[in-house]
Amino acid sequence: MGRGRLPRATFGMSDAVAIRLTVNGARVERLVAPRLNLVDFLRDELGLTGTHWSCEHGACGACTVLIDGALARGCLVFAIQLDGANVETIEGLTESGALAEVQAAFHARNAVQCGFCSAGMLLAADALLRRNPEPSREQIRAALSGNYCRCTGYHAIVDAVADAARERARRKP
Amino acid sequence: MTAPLAAVDRPASYIGKSVPRPNAKRLLAGRGQYVDDLRLPRLAHVAFLRCPHAHARLKSLDIAAATRAPGVVRVVTAQDLAGRYTPWVGVLTHFKGLKSPPQHPLVHDRATWQGEPVAAVVAESRALAEDAVALIEIVWEELPPLTDMAAALAPGAVPLHAELGDNLCFGRAIDAGAVDEAFAKADCVVEESYSFARHTGVCLEPRSILADFDPADGRLTVHCSSQAPHMMKEIFARHFHLPETAVRVICGDVGGSFGIKIHVYPDDMATVAIALLLGRPVKFVADRLESFVSDIHAREHRIAARMALAKDGTIAALAIDDVTGVGPYSTYPRTSAVEGNQVVGLTGAWYRCRNYRANLRVAFQTKPPTTQYRAVGHPIATSVTEALVDRAAAALGLDPVELRRRNLIPDDAYPWTTASGLKFEKLSHQAALEKLLTLMDYDGLRREQAELRRRNIHRGIGIACFVELTNPGPAFYGVGGAPISAQDGCTLRLDPGGTVTCATGVTEQGQGTETMVAQIVASALGLAMDKIRVVTGDTERAPYGGGTWASRGCGIGGEAALQGALALKANILDLAGAMLQAEPAALDLAGGWVVDRAGNRRIGLDEVGRAAYFRGDTLPPGVQPELVATRHYMPRQYPFAFTNGAQASYLELDVETGFIQLLQHWVVEDCGRVVNPLLVEEQIRGGVVQGIGGALFEECIYDQRGQLLNGTLADYLVPMAGEMPDIVVAHIETPTAESMLGAKGAGEAGTGGAPAAVMNAVNDALAPFKVRVTAQPISPWRVLAALGKG
Repeated sequence: MGRGRLPRATFGMSDAVAIRLTVNGARVERLVAPRLNLVDFLRDELGLTGTHWSCEHGACGACTVLIDGALARGCLVFAIQLDGANVETIEGLTESGALAEVQAAFHARNAVQCGFCSAGMLLAADALLRRNPEPSREQIRAALSGNYCRCTGYHAIVDAVADAARERARRKP
Repeated sequence: MTAPLAAVDRPASYIGKSVPRPNAKRLLAGRGQYVDDLRLPRLAHVAFLRCPHAHARLKSLDIAAATRAPGVVRVVTAQDLAGRYTPWVGVLTHFKGLKSPPQHPLVHDRATWQGEPVAAVVAESRALAEDAVALIEIVWEELPPLTDMAAALAPGAVPLHAELGDNLCFGRAIDAGAVDEAFAKADCVVEESYSFARHTGVCLEPRSILADFDPADGRLTVHCSSQAPHMMKEIFARHFHLPETAVRVICGDVGGSFGIKIHVYPDDMATVAIALLLGRPVKFVADRLESFVSDIHAREHRIAARMALAKDGTIAALAIDDVTGVGPYSTYPRTSAVEGNQVVGLTGAWYRCRNYRANLRVAFQTKPPTTQYRAVGHPIATSVTEALVDRAAAALGLDPVELRRRNLIPDDAYPWTTASGLKFEKLSHQAALEKLLTLMDYDGLRREQAELRRRNIHRGIGIACFVELTNPGPAFYGVGGAPISAQDGCTLRLDPGGTVTCATGVTEQGQGTETMVAQIVASALGLAMDKIRVVTGDTERAPYGGGTWASRGCGIGGEAALQGALALKANILDLAGAMLQAEPAALDLAGGWVVDRAGNRRIGLDEVGRAAYFRGDTLPPGVQPELVATRHYMPRQYPFAFTNGAQASYLELDVETGFIQLLQHWVVEDCGRVVNPLLVEEQIRGGVVQGIGGALFEECIYDQRGQLLNGTLADYLVPMAGEMPDIVVAHIETPTAESMLGAKGAGEAGTGGAPAAVMNAVNDALAPFKVRVTAQPISPWRVLAALGKG
């Protein structure tokens, strides 16, 4: 069908625009087509396949990344908008250990099944815990409502985020 | 409640333990390998032109401009594929009268639903392929759409497929006992009509396929997001005229399936045909809009139902008339007869009533095909049955729980055969209901509800009892001619270091298949779980099997793993006995060691492995180590297994807005032996949430022209965390005696029962207003319409 899909991949390199940005702490320079989406940029240009296409409409959160530290929907952003930006993905945040407690809690609670939503879910959970270290179950549910999970019943995810909050509080000096 | 399992009942057993999934760590680190993550040399991308009309004749197709577009490798139409495949027909011989025309990868001359693929562009990137799709010039002559099921079946309706004579795809009638007599004599008759909208699976990972044909060695490798790799291999070989040995299907990580990824889709077949045509790897990943108009849809039923009762609440008779729509084709190879067949088979099946009549009519339509989606038919059968029971209770002035108590099949009455002919080995309906009532504090909730009603707060309590069909035997598909395996195998190998590699025919889509298998194998071999490596999803590495569907992973794949592990254990002990000059029967395995009866360590498994593989010279003469074992399992005594359970929903209804707030949900489930409570419980909860989606939110909305009106996830509502309640799960374990493991399956019970519990809770909340809602999804507008506020 195609018309519903956001423009993807490189096209007409004569129109290409040079961008410089930081991705997971590394400096990246690329020539990109104006229509190249951030998710395709990450996946196809940089091989960072942990960020997923799913609804392509900004609804489901499977493409969640951090742009300059803030949660963002990768599917709603073009690569050329990110000149000078700092982008972090599940791969970088895993390597840096930034998500370690949340990932451990998701694992322990079986808050992951197929895993397709997990990157976005983890980033959203971590963002919640950074702004609200002691969220209630209702606050967790509200904060994760931009991230669809089709496999779990969300219950285990809420449990996991609550566990991660407790673990972070315990580790705090 | 856990029953002992002698073969693995040992101190270090993992059976019944909440073990986290080892393979989930990879997914949580963003290191999943879904089809779209694969990067192959010379990979080309496929995009489809799809029919924009529900029903139209293809007048002309001009691909010249598209062929010249930048990056285009080839534009493929039906003519290019003619003679290169055998069309498929979605019928099976055991569904008498089921009919469907041959189906093709691409439209030849007539399209029968909006979204049917017409032409494919192969290009260097998906974007370039889509650019070229827009350049295809196509002329359609619109034909009359056929969207309404009743209109399709009305006398004189024009057949969608002239050669089939009419629009009745399948029909089935059941007439058991003396239904008319029971209705005539009844003290009370309740009657109601129900409707269930079309919805769909919405896997977060869309359908994805990467087909790679190497003309040099004539081999086709297909990476696909599927639940059943061996079935797909058989189908690709059969329909593309390839020897079995030439086809390999690999299912890596699968981002959700729920029954969506177990059918044959025209665009998948076209992608494979294109790989064969071009001799290079090609990939097709559905975008979200494509998913909505090409993934199978499900449900879409209209049911008129009646129940006859005696004054004391005994259900005397039940009668339903079900009309369901399946789109233009019965889906291949499972057919689209099964959903309706399940509805008429399962309605009322957990009650003692012997007088039952059902009439099923399955209609062709010009909408996407509908067929098996999680809990096939169950949500419909359960919603209808349990809604009627609540109505009857109200009519008789009985508590809805009391009416159920008086009619459930007693726990000591098994084996039981239902009026529709289903055989139940052993279920626990009475125990499940009582456990549910305790779990939820039913009486306390009723008091709270009554008190809040006085303050104009309208809460509802809904109960649903149910059964779930699992572990289908060959009578389900194989007997009708489908290449669908009811058996599954497990091959285990002791490696030199004393670890075990284990390949299983059942597949992983996140349920925890690999963990379940590792738990069973580790328990049987007395090994730590981290010594077990489980391999799934590859037709060249896994023993032949049906894959994961119908909640069969644990019940069938788990038993094969158990039997395989016991066979390997016997082989290991034979060898160890020869090495130690001991009787194998006097030896056992524990903690990675061969031990004697007293538990003393005699020799490590690593030493056994090393001796077998590297130091055969040290073995006694005539000893040939056999450290690979394979066992297969298929249930034989029953055509399929059944689980049972009870669910309850507690919710609050805003009578001004029609909004429903789910407060809490409870499930008591008897899935036989629970191998891993942590995994089973989130399976149940995930199922409940999908059921709630169908009950309250999800609907593929079509207009009269057969156009989908909500093809995005901004418009099609799926449950979000903020709307979902906490879901309390408890277990009863009634293991099946047919297998040693005793597991029955847990994947669909949540989905089967939740819509009934929720609809009953909504109607309980509406009771003071003397109105009811009987159409799902129960959207706010439907609540308001019932209240006369529409």
